[in-house]
Amino acid sequence: MAMSNYRIQGETGEWEVVIGLEVHAQVTSQSKLFSGAATAFGAEPNSQVSLVDAAMPGMLPVLNGECIRQAVRTGIAVGAQINKWSRFDRKNYFYADLPQGYQISQLYHPIVGEGEIEVILDDKDPEGSTKTIGIERIHVEQDAGKLMHDQHPTMSYVDLNRSGVALMEIVSRPDMRSPIEAGAYLAKLRQILRYVGSCDGNMDQGSMRADVNVSVRRPSEPFGTRTETKNVNSVRFVMAVVESEARRQVDLIEDGGTVVQETRLYDPDKNETRSMRSKEDAHDYRYFPDPDLLPLVLADSFVDECRASLPELPDAKRHRYETALGLSAYDAAQLTLEVETYQQFEEMLAAVVAESGKDQRDVAKRVANWILSERPGVLRSAGVAVDHPKNTPAANVALIVAVSEGVISGGKAKEILQAYLTTDTDLTAEIASNKQTSDTGAIEAVIAKVLADNADKVEQYKAGKEALFGFFVGQTMKAMQGKANPAVVNDLLKKVLG
Amino acid sequence: MTEITNLGVAALRDGISGGDFTAVEAAEAFNAAVAGASALNAFIVATPDHALESARKVDADRAAGKALGKMAGVPIGMKDLFATKGVQTTAASHILEGFTPEYESTVSQKLWEAGAGMLGKLNLDQFAMGSSNETSYFGNVISPWRRSDGGNTPLAPGGSSGGSSAAVAARLCPAATGTDTGGSIRQPAAFTGITGIKPTYGRCSRWGIVAFASSLDQAGPMARDVRDCAIMLEAMAGFDPKDSTSLDLPVPEWEAGLNADLKGKKVGIPREYRVDGLDADVARSWDEGIAWLKDAGAEVVDISLPHTKYALPAYYIVAPAEASSNLARYDGVRYGLRDLPDGANLQDMYAATRAAGFGAEVKRRILIGTYVLSAGFYDAYYTQAQKVRTLISHDFKNAFADVDVILAPTTPTAAFGLGEMVSDPLAMYLNDVFAVPASLAGLPAMSVPAGLNREGLPLGLQIVGRPFDEQGVLNAGLAIEQRAGFTARPGKWW
Repeated sequence: MAMSNYRIQGETGEWEVVIGLEVHAQVTSQSKLFSGAATAFGAEPNSQVSLVDAAMPGMLPVLNGECIRQAVRTGIAVGAQINKWSRFDRKNYFYADLPQGYQISQLYHPIVGEGEIEVILDDKDPEGSTKTIGIERIHVEQDAGKLMHDQHPTMSYVDLNRSGVALMEIVSRPDMRSPIEAGAYLAKLRQILRYVGSCDGNMDQGSMRADVNVSVRRPSEPFGTRTETKNVNSVRFVMAVVESEARRQVDLIEDGGTVVQETRLYDPDKNETRSMRSKEDAHDYRYFPDPDLLPLVLADSFVDECRASLPELPDAKRHRYETALGLSAYDAAQLTLEVETYQQFEEMLAAVVAESGKDQRDVAKRVANWILSERPGVLRSAGVAVDHPKNTPAANVALIVAVSEGVISGGKAKEILQAYLTTDTDLTAEIASNKQTSDTGAIEAVIAKVLADNADKVEQYKAGKEALFGFFVGQTMKAMQGKANPAVVNDLLKKVLG
Repeated sequence: MTEITNLGVAALRDGISGGDFTAVEAAEAFNAAVAGASALNAFIVATPDHALESARKVDADRAAGKALGKMAGVPIGMKDLFATKGVQTTAASHILEGFTPEYESTVSQKLWEAGAGMLGKLNLDQFAMGSSNETSYFGNVISPWRRSDGGNTPLAPGGSSGGSSAAVAARLCPAATGTDTGGSIRQPAAFTGITGIKPTYGRCSRWGIVAFASSLDQAGPMARDVRDCAIMLEAMAGFDPKDSTSLDLPVPEWEAGLNADLKGKKVGIPREYRVDGLDADVARSWDEGIAWLKDAGAEVVDISLPHTKYALPAYYIVAPAEASSNLARYDGVRYGLRDLPDGANLQDMYAATRAAGFGAEVKRRILIGTYVLSAGFYDAYYTQAQKVRTLISHDFKNAFADVDVILAPTTPTAAFGLGEMVSDPLAMYLNDVFAVPASLAGLPAMSVPAGLNREGLPLGLQIVGRPFDEQGVLNAGLAIEQRAGFTARPGKWW
């Protein structure tokens, strides 16, 4: 673990920033936490509202077991204690987007207790410093509805589609000390949730949002007074909030002011936070156990089932890619960043192994390179997205196998893919017609012509300009329309040039 | 047709299935009784068509030889706390005036499925908060009973199920639904000389009942006698997956299980209920009850429920706390009353709507509940009250290790005059002092008529049983009913 040396330079000296995050993650589930209404994003306003969600008289909540399962799986994934006995409390306050007049949440007895996650502080350098961030608790609660202020000149409208949707509130310890640590923590948390499948992590759709608690202090002094900036919805904005809010607090203190405990909002356009409400007019939420619900008791078998259902998690996967597949730390980190990437990698790797009969260790690097560098280049120049319908694993696997078996060269493979994605070509036919040759006689004849045509360069090479070797390779390949086996070309050229 | 209105649930059911009269005749008779009793103000709305439509279906089913339900052809009154599809549901409040649900409460739905019909929505204390039916936005219910002194002081029918008790006592309906949070079935039953049972918490689904205090609210029947209560409770009870606190147990055949022979049963007499200055008539009635149960073969023993005196204070913390939260949904945003003064913002709308929409007693309890849940007071009040509640449950558990049922008066006095208590909420709250402990412990408890006091007003005896042992409670009630020979009924003055 590395100590952060991120410091804010004030006029009176250095300041350290202390950060804690409360992340709200929408639980992936078909229906809401306490009702059968659907949860799909982007539906017509008020089209996914049950009698319970609208808090009609006499309606009662019934717990959705799937949401609990997802919370427990998430807890296990962050190495946390699972509380077999938990309870729901009501958080009482009035607002037009809160039909019941209370949010059902878990204050006193959350379902998940303490855990931790390890973050890499520089994703360009996965072998560099890491830091362990503590998780204090995870609890399950209802989301509120949404107010729409642009529908009427003097009135606001309410959309209750989100009302009652299940959220996990994941509360960190105040363990972060820099914008980078805060950003890395949120990104890692999102990665874990997406691996587990308990949250889709779509921050732009509000599926994940963070309340950012920031305070400043002189290094090694006790914590200062914190502010909480609500509903920050991207990793970049979290980092920006930490920077701007810490700066604001330092300037305030150095000007003789004091930080007040308050709720703030982030304005991305101005890159600053502004006060929403202070502690003095904070609500008294009058939490008490929800009498409509019984305590939640989890059977050991349920927790075991949750544990068994977890996929390989990011840290374990990254480690396995390095040790079992022989990939570099950087490649392993890149491949495991997004669920879609590692899924494609593993699917393609398995297919390549099956079709080539080679050991996965021998082809993993080739598949990794294809996914991380070669194919992205093709997609860029072809101007198509990674989810292009023709960019199938099967097509990619056919190309990788052809390269790995020496049928075509890597460069040819990229050309074929680009043509395949952008024109009406047949992949199998293209591979067949671009078959490279290892026929030494034919290659030697071409080499002889290339060297003869470039006698001056041969002289220079022999005089010590060895960089020209690549030129001869390129000319030979070009003369053979890329169909010569580059390894054979290399060998023969070396022999001829001495 | 006046004869039919003298019949109870069992007699109506049997008369209709036996072909003595039709369900439509029964519905018409009771519809007429309801229409002729507006002076009692027992109903907020009458629904004669609902009663007739159900009756026609029962008659058609009978003609077609189909099996009839437990309550086939029995028209009942529905406390206006139960959501009824297409029929205004108000909880006797202004804030819900005009609210017509698009859903049917589980309990009322079960009653309709059992063949019952609805005569109307019965008046009650607003949001079931009250012991005299004087907090209704739709006016007081007047008890059909009068004191025997020849005066005509209007008397309280009890509360909160005061419309239910008055209507059953006045023969406007053979039975009615009630709900009991801290005595709201038993106290009005006692005040009006009828029978009512609050089953074990969780027996009847709370889905679709306007919530007062979720951990206490429980529906039950109010009827002329024990058998009728048993029949109707069978129709009302049952597991409901829509209520997380619903008991997942089969519904016993309580009517078939009725048995007034109490040989081998032990009855506990809680000494803490014999409070100083207990009304002499109430004390006498209690002693009579003891004698009757002995006569039925039971052994009677003294027991102690040591935390009884803390029950009422604990109740008046827990119930308002839950109510303050349960009633937050009445905010003028989605349904019911909205009071939107010119230029009002959201907070102004809340304040104006709730100020106009809630009555004084409801506001008082919301304030009490809000206070006891507030930061800094929560532990001293709410947590402490929950501890008391646990101790009270333990008291009963200890007692039931030794006895089968407990016998006590239902109320400390007979019915009082309307207006006599309204200015003193504490005196009013004391009316439920004997009823509240069983509510806090979630136990089945019933009130059966035991006799008249010196003013000619009914007194009730209360039987409290073990969790899930409604049968034991009904059987002890039946033993009392058979010996009390309570036949008094109010003379018709309305």
